[in-house]
Amino acid sequence: MKILIQTVMLTFMLSLLPQTQAEIIFYNFDDPVKEERFNKLISVLRCPKCQNNNLADSNSPLSVDLKDIIYEQIHAGKSDAEIVDFLKERYGDFIHYKPPMNSSTILLWFGPFLILVISAFFILRYLRMTKASDTVVDETEAEHMAKIQAWQAEVGDSDNTDTQVQDSTLGDNNR
Amino acid sequence: MNKKLIFIAPLILFILMVGMLFTGLGKDPTMLESQMIGKAIPEFNLPTLYEPNKIITHDDIKGPALINVFASWCPSCYTEHPYLMQLQQSGEVPIYGLNYKDTRPKGLKFVNDLGDPYTTIIFDERGRLGIEFGVYGAPETYVIDANNRIVYRHVGVVSDIVWQETIKPIIYPEESGQ
Repeated sequence: MKILIQTVMLTFMLSLLPQTQAEIIFYNFDDPVKEERFNKLISVLRCPKCQNNNLADSNSPLSVDLKDIIYEQIHAGKSDAEIVDFLKERYGDFIHYKPPMNSSTILLWFGPFLILVISAFFILRYLRMTKASDTVVDETEAEHMAKIQAWQAEVGDSDNTDTQVQDSTLGDNNR
Repeated sequence: MNKKLIFIAPLILFILMVGMLFTGLGKDPTMLESQMIGKAIPEFNLPTLYEPNKIITHDDIKGPALINVFASWCPSCYTEHPYLMQLQQSGEVPIYGLNYKDTRPKGLKFVNDLGDPYTTIIFDERGRLGIEFGVYGAPETYVIDANNRIVYRHVGVVSDIVWQETIKPIIYPEESGQ
Protein backbone atom coordinates (compact mmCIF):
# COMPACT_ATOMS: atom_id res chain seq x y z
CA MET A 1 0.00 0.00 0.00
CA LYS A 2 2.77 2.37 0.99
CA ILE A 3 4.71 1.55 -2.14
CA LEU A 4 1.58 2.20 -4.21
CA ILE A 5 1.12 5.65 -2.65
CA GLN A 6 4.78 6.44 -3.20
CA THR A 7 4.55 5.39 -6.83
CA VAL A 8 1.48 7.53 -7.37
CA MET A 9 3.16 10.48 -5.66
CA LEU A 10 6.31 10.07 -7.72
CA THR A 11 4.34 9.86 -10.95
CA PHE A 12 2.47 13.00 -9.97
CA MET A 13 5.67 14.86 -9.13
CA LEU A 14 7.36 13.73 -12.32
CA SER A 15 4.41 14.97 -14.30
CA LEU A 16 4.99 18.43 -12.84
CA LEU A 17 8.69 18.41 -13.64
CA PRO A 18 8.75 19.53 -17.30
CA GLN A 19 6.54 22.54 -16.58
CA THR A 20 8.65 23.57 -13.62
CA GLN A 21 11.82 23.30 -15.62
CA ALA A 22 10.42 25.50 -18.35
CA GLU A 23 10.15 28.36 -15.85
CA ILE A 24 13.73 28.27 -14.67
CA ILE A 25 16.29 30.37 -16.45
CA PHE A 26 19.79 29.04 -16.17
CA TYR A 27 22.74 31.30 -15.74
CA ASN A 28 26.03 29.88 -16.89
CA PHE A 29 29.17 30.69 -15.00
CA ASP A 30 32.74 30.01 -15.96
CA ASP A 31 33.84 30.62 -12.39
CA PRO A 32 32.27 28.81 -9.37
CA VAL A 33 33.12 31.77 -7.12
CA LYS A 34 31.03 34.06 -9.31
CA GLU A 35 28.23 31.53 -9.30
CA GLU A 36 28.29 31.36 -5.53
CA ARG A 37 28.21 35.16 -5.26
CA PHE A 38 25.30 35.27 -7.71
CA ASN A 39 23.33 32.66 -5.76
CA LYS A 40 24.04 34.43 -2.48
CA LEU A 41 22.94 37.81 -3.87
CA ILE A 42 19.71 36.59 -5.41
CA SER A 43 18.81 34.88 -2.15
CA VAL A 44 19.26 38.00 0.03
CA LEU A 45 17.74 40.45 -2.44
CA ARG A 46 14.00 40.88 -2.56
CA CYS A 47 11.77 41.14 -5.58
CA PRO A 48 10.36 44.71 -5.48
CA LYS A 49 7.12 43.67 -7.12
CA CYS A 50 6.46 40.80 -4.70
CA GLN A 51 5.77 41.16 -1.03
CA ASN A 52 7.95 38.38 0.28
CA ASN A 53 9.92 36.64 -2.40
CA ASN A 54 13.61 36.81 -2.97
CA LEU A 55 14.89 37.22 -6.49
CA ALA A 56 15.87 33.58 -6.60
CA ASP A 57 12.31 32.43 -5.99
CA SER A 58 10.62 34.99 -8.18
CA ASN A 59 9.94 34.66 -11.87
CA SER A 60 8.31 38.04 -12.26
CA PRO A 61 9.65 39.89 -15.33
CA LEU A 62 11.22 42.52 -13.10
CA SER A 63 13.03 39.89 -11.01
CA VAL A 64 14.34 38.27 -14.15
CA ASP A 65 15.68 41.65 -15.31
CA LEU A 66 17.28 42.28 -11.95
CA LYS A 67 18.89 38.85 -11.99
CA ASP A 68 20.23 39.62 -15.47
CA ILE A 69 21.65 42.87 -14.16
CA ILE A 70 23.29 41.12 -11.21
CA TYR A 71 24.72 38.52 -13.58
CA GLU A 72 26.08 41.22 -15.87
CA GLN A 73 27.54 43.28 -13.05
CA ILE A 74 29.28 40.30 -11.49
CA HIS A 75 30.91 39.65 -14.83
CA ALA A 76 31.75 43.33 -15.20
CA GLY A 77 33.83 42.98 -12.05
CA LYS A 78 31.54 44.83 -9.64
CA SER A 79 31.73 43.89 -5.97
CA ASP A 80 28.72 42.57 -4.05
CA ALA A 81 28.43 45.85 -2.14
CA GLU A 82 28.45 47.84 -5.37
CA ILE A 83 25.68 45.71 -6.82
CA VAL A 84 23.55 46.01 -3.69
CA ASP A 85 24.10 49.78 -3.65
CA PHE A 86 23.13 50.02 -7.31
CA LEU A 87 19.82 48.32 -6.55
CA LYS A 88 19.23 50.24 -3.31
CA GLU A 89 19.68 53.52 -5.20
CA ARG A 90 16.77 52.55 -7.41
CA TYR A 91 14.52 50.44 -5.23
CA GLY A 92 15.43 51.51 -1.73
CA ASP A 93 16.16 49.42 1.34
CA PHE A 94 13.15 47.25 0.51
CA ILE A 95 15.28 45.38 -2.02
CA HIS A 96 17.53 43.91 0.67
CA TYR A 97 16.23 41.53 3.30
CA LYS A 98 18.60 42.90 5.92
CA PRO A 99 17.36 46.32 6.98
CA PRO A 100 20.06 48.97 7.51
CA MET A 101 20.53 50.57 10.91
CA ASN A 102 19.12 54.09 10.89
CA SER A 103 16.68 56.27 12.77
CA SER A 104 13.60 54.61 11.32
CA THR A 105 14.79 51.06 11.93
CA ILE A 106 16.38 51.55 15.35
CA LEU A 107 13.27 50.20 17.08
CA LEU A 108 13.33 47.19 14.79
CA TRP A 109 16.95 46.46 15.67
CA PHE A 110 16.88 47.18 19.39
CA GLY A 111 13.18 46.81 20.25
CA PRO A 112 13.50 43.14 21.24
CA PHE A 113 16.47 43.90 23.53
CA LEU A 114 14.59 46.82 25.00
CA ILE A 115 11.64 44.57 25.77
CA LEU A 116 14.03 42.00 27.26
CA VAL A 117 15.60 44.59 29.56
CA ILE A 118 12.24 46.04 30.60
CA SER A 119 10.79 42.59 31.29
CA ALA A 120 13.90 41.55 33.23
CA PHE A 121 13.59 44.71 35.32
CA PHE A 122 9.96 44.03 36.18
CA ILE A 123 10.50 40.33 36.83
CA LEU A 124 13.40 41.06 39.20
CA ARG A 125 11.39 43.76 40.90
CA TYR A 126 8.46 41.41 41.27
CA LEU A 127 10.66 38.65 42.71
CA ARG A 128 12.30 41.04 45.17
CA MET A 129 8.91 42.37 46.20
CA THR A 130 7.48 38.95 46.94
CA LYS A 131 10.58 38.13 48.96
CA ALA A 132 10.21 41.37 50.89
CA SER A 133 6.56 40.73 51.56
CA ASP A 134 7.47 37.24 52.87
CA THR A 135 9.69 38.87 55.49
CA VAL A 136 6.90 41.23 56.37
CA VAL A 137 4.64 38.26 57.11
CA ASP A 138 7.32 36.71 59.37
CA GLU A 139 7.70 39.90 61.35
CA THR A 140 4.02 40.36 61.86
CA GLU A 141 3.82 36.80 62.99
CA ALA A 142 6.60 37.40 65.48
CA GLU A 143 4.94 40.61 66.56
CA HIS A 144 1.68 38.79 66.75
CA MET A 145 3.19 36.16 69.06
CA ALA A 146 4.80 38.88 71.11
CA LYS A 147 1.43 40.55 71.45
CA ILE A 148 -0.15 37.30 72.51
CA GLN A 149 2.61 36.89 75.08
CA ALA A 150 2.18 40.40 76.35
CA TRP A 151 -1.53 39.92 76.51
CA GLN A 152 -1.12 36.67 78.39
CA ALA A 153 1.26 38.36 80.78
CA GLU A 154 -1.25 41.14 81.31
CA VAL A 155 -4.10 38.78 81.89
CA GLY A 156 -2.05 37.14 84.54
CA ASP A 157 -0.27 33.87 84.85
CA SER A 158 -3.37 31.83 85.55
CA ASP A 159 -1.99 29.08 83.38
CA ASN A 160 1.81 29.00 83.50
CA THR A 161 2.26 25.80 81.54
CA ASP A 162 0.36 27.27 78.54
CA THR A 163 2.60 30.31 78.37
CA GLN A 164 5.62 28.07 78.45
CA VAL A 165 4.26 26.06 75.55
CA GLN A 166 3.67 29.30 73.63
CA ASP A 167 7.20 30.37 74.41
CA SER A 168 8.68 27.23 73.03
CA THR A 169 6.56 27.49 69.90
CA LEU A 170 7.71 31.06 69.43
CA GLY A 171 11.27 29.94 69.82
CA ASP A 172 10.83 27.31 67.12
CA ASN A 173 9.29 29.80 64.71
CA ASN A 174 12.13 32.23 65.08
CA ARG A 175 14.80 29.68 64.36
CA MET B 1 2.00 52.06 44.22
CA ASN B 2 4.74 49.73 43.01
CA LYS B 3 2.37 46.81 42.85
CA LYS B 4 -0.04 48.87 40.83
CA LEU B 5 2.72 49.78 38.42
CA ILE B 6 3.47 46.13 37.80
CA PHE B 7 -0.11 45.53 36.78
CA ILE B 8 -0.41 48.72 34.75
CA ALA B 9 2.91 48.35 32.86
CA PRO B 10 1.78 45.45 30.65
CA LEU B 11 -1.41 47.34 29.86
CA ILE B 12 0.57 50.40 28.81
CA LEU B 13 2.87 48.23 26.69
CA PHE B 14 -0.16 46.60 25.13
CA ILE B 15 -1.76 49.94 24.31
CA LEU B 16 1.52 51.19 22.79
CA MET B 17 1.73 48.11 20.64
CA VAL B 18 -1.88 48.39 19.53
CA GLY B 19 -1.19 52.02 18.61
CA MET B 20 1.90 51.06 16.65
CA LEU B 21 0.13 48.29 14.77
CA PHE B 22 -2.89 50.48 14.18
CA THR B 23 -0.88 53.18 12.42
CA GLY B 24 0.38 50.49 10.05
CA LEU B 25 -3.13 49.37 9.17
CA GLY B 26 -3.96 51.99 6.55
CA LYS B 27 -0.63 51.64 4.78
CA ASP B 28 -0.42 49.78 1.54
CA PRO B 29 2.62 47.53 1.83
CA THR B 30 2.90 47.23 -1.95
CA MET B 31 3.56 50.99 -2.25
CA LEU B 32 7.27 51.63 -2.32
CA GLU B 33 8.78 55.03 -1.81
CA SER B 34 10.68 56.21 -4.82
CA GLN B 35 14.42 56.65 -4.35
CA MET B 36 14.55 59.08 -7.25
CA ILE B 37 12.79 62.01 -5.61
CA GLY B 38 14.94 65.13 -5.96
CA LYS B 39 17.25 63.50 -8.47
CA ALA B 40 17.59 64.32 -12.14
CA ILE B 41 15.98 61.91 -14.56
CA PRO B 42 18.34 59.07 -15.47
CA GLU B 43 20.44 59.47 -18.58
CA PHE B 44 19.42 57.39 -21.54
CA ASN B 45 19.44 57.12 -25.27
CA LEU B 46 16.73 54.93 -26.67
CA PRO B 47 14.67 54.74 -29.85
CA THR B 48 11.15 56.08 -29.98
CA LEU B 49 8.23 53.73 -30.30
CA TYR B 50 7.31 55.04 -33.75
CA GLU B 51 10.76 55.20 -35.28
CA PRO B 52 13.33 52.52 -34.40
CA ASN B 53 16.08 54.64 -35.95
CA LYS B 54 15.28 57.85 -34.14
CA ILE B 55 17.20 57.99 -30.88
CA ILE B 56 16.12 60.31 -28.12
CA THR B 57 17.99 61.12 -24.94
CA HIS B 58 17.26 62.59 -21.51
CA ASP B 59 18.02 66.02 -23.01
CA ASP B 60 14.95 65.74 -25.21
CA ILE B 61 12.72 65.65 -22.17
CA LYS B 62 11.56 69.13 -21.19
CA GLY B 63 10.03 69.57 -17.79
CA PRO B 64 7.75 70.41 -16.12
CA ALA B 65 6.12 67.28 -17.44
CA LEU B 66 4.90 63.83 -16.63
CA ILE B 67 6.67 60.65 -17.64
CA ASN B 68 4.11 57.91 -17.83
CA VAL B 69 5.30 54.30 -17.77
CA PHE B 70 2.91 52.12 -19.71
CA ALA B 71 2.74 48.81 -21.54
CA SER B 72 0.23 46.89 -23.59
CA TRP B 73 0.48 43.98 -21.13
CA CYS B 74 -0.56 46.15 -18.20
CA PRO B 75 -4.31 46.00 -17.51
CA SER B 76 -4.43 49.20 -15.42
CA CYS B 77 -2.85 51.11 -18.29
CA TYR B 78 -6.05 50.59 -20.26
CA THR B 79 -8.02 51.99 -17.33
CA GLU B 80 -5.72 54.97 -17.06
CA HIS B 81 -5.49 55.76 -20.76
CA PRO B 82 -8.76 57.71 -21.30
CA TYR B 83 -7.82 60.14 -18.55
CA LEU B 84 -4.35 60.69 -20.01
CA MET B 85 -6.06 61.56 -23.33
CA GLN B 86 -8.25 64.04 -21.49
CA LEU B 87 -5.30 65.53 -19.62
CA GLN B 88 -3.31 65.93 -22.83
CA GLN B 89 -6.25 67.64 -24.54
CA SER B 90 -6.57 70.07 -21.66
CA GLY B 91 -3.01 71.18 -22.48
CA GLU B 92 -2.15 71.46 -18.81
CA VAL B 93 0.99 69.37 -18.89
CA PRO B 94 3.07 67.55 -21.48
CA ILE B 95 3.12 63.79 -21.01
CA TYR B 96 6.05 61.68 -22.13
CA GLY B 97 5.44 57.99 -22.60
CA LEU B 98 7.80 55.25 -21.54
CA ASN B 99 6.72 52.06 -23.26
CA TYR B 100 8.10 49.58 -20.75
CA LYS B 101 9.08 46.00 -21.59
CA ASP B 102 6.75 45.84 -24.52
CA THR B 103 7.09 44.67 -28.09
CA ARG B 104 6.99 47.31 -30.78
CA PRO B 105 3.88 45.96 -32.61
CA LYS B 106 1.93 45.65 -29.36
CA GLY B 107 3.03 49.07 -28.12
CA LEU B 108 2.07 50.63 -31.45
CA LYS B 109 -1.28 48.86 -31.42
CA PHE B 110 -1.96 50.27 -27.95
CA VAL B 111 -1.53 53.91 -29.03
CA ASN B 112 -3.04 53.41 -32.48
CA ASP B 113 -6.19 51.83 -31.09
CA LEU B 114 -6.67 54.00 -28.04
CA GLY B 115 -5.08 57.27 -29.09
CA ASP B 116 -1.71 58.81 -28.32
CA PRO B 117 -1.58 61.34 -25.48
CA TYR B 118 2.20 61.42 -25.45
CA THR B 119 4.59 64.12 -26.67
CA THR B 120 7.15 61.41 -27.40
CA ILE B 121 7.20 57.73 -26.57
CA ILE B 122 10.47 56.24 -25.39
CA PHE B 123 10.68 52.59 -26.35
CA ASP B 124 12.29 50.65 -23.48
CA GLU B 125 12.06 47.12 -24.76
CA ARG B 126 14.49 45.59 -22.26
CA GLY B 127 13.16 47.56 -19.33
CA ARG B 128 16.58 48.88 -18.40
CA LEU B 129 15.51 52.52 -18.35
CA GLY B 130 12.59 51.42 -16.19
CA ILE B 131 15.07 49.97 -13.71
CA GLU B 132 17.04 53.23 -13.75
CA PHE B 133 13.82 54.99 -12.77
CA GLY B 134 13.07 52.34 -10.13
CA VAL B 135 9.92 51.18 -11.88
CA TYR B 136 8.44 48.10 -10.25
CA GLY B 137 5.09 47.92 -11.95
CA ALA B 138 3.19 49.75 -14.62
CA PRO B 139 1.49 52.16 -14.67
CA GLU B 140 3.79 54.56 -12.89
CA THR B 141 3.94 58.28 -13.43
CA TYR B 142 6.99 60.40 -12.66
CA VAL B 143 6.46 64.09 -12.13
CA ILE B 144 9.43 66.19 -13.24
CA ASP B 145 10.02 69.89 -12.67
CA ALA B 146 11.47 72.55 -14.98
CA ASN B 147 15.01 71.34 -14.20
CA ASN B 148 14.13 67.77 -15.17
CA ARG B 149 14.28 66.65 -11.57
CA ILE B 150 11.89 64.01 -10.34
CA VAL B 151 9.66 65.57 -7.72
CA TYR B 152 7.06 62.86 -7.28
CA ARG B 153 6.17 59.37 -8.35
CA HIS B 154 2.63 58.09 -8.59
CA VAL B 155 2.22 54.33 -8.64
CA GLY B 156 -1.03 53.19 -10.21
CA VAL B 157 -3.69 54.84 -12.29
CA VAL B 158 -3.65 58.61 -12.75
CA SER B 159 -7.21 59.84 -12.50
CA ASP B 160 -8.78 63.28 -12.33
CA ILE B 161 -8.66 63.16 -8.54
CA VAL B 162 -4.99 62.17 -8.52
CA TRP B 163 -4.13 64.95 -10.97
CA GLN B 164 -6.17 67.67 -9.24
CA GLU B 165 -5.35 66.79 -5.67
CA THR B 166 -1.89 65.28 -5.77
CA ILE B 167 0.11 65.89 -8.91
CA LYS B 168 -1.02 69.37 -9.93
CA PRO B 169 -0.22 70.99 -6.57
CA ILE B 170 3.26 69.45 -6.75
CA ILE B 171 4.05 70.39 -10.33
CA TYR B 172 2.41 73.84 -10.27
CA PRO B 173 2.50 74.92 -6.62
CA GLU B 174 2.03 78.62 -7.46
CA GLU B 175 -1.23 78.01 -9.36
CA SER B 176 -2.77 75.98 -6.57
CA GLY B 177 -2.02 78.77 -4.13
CA GLN B 178 0.03 76.59 -1.83
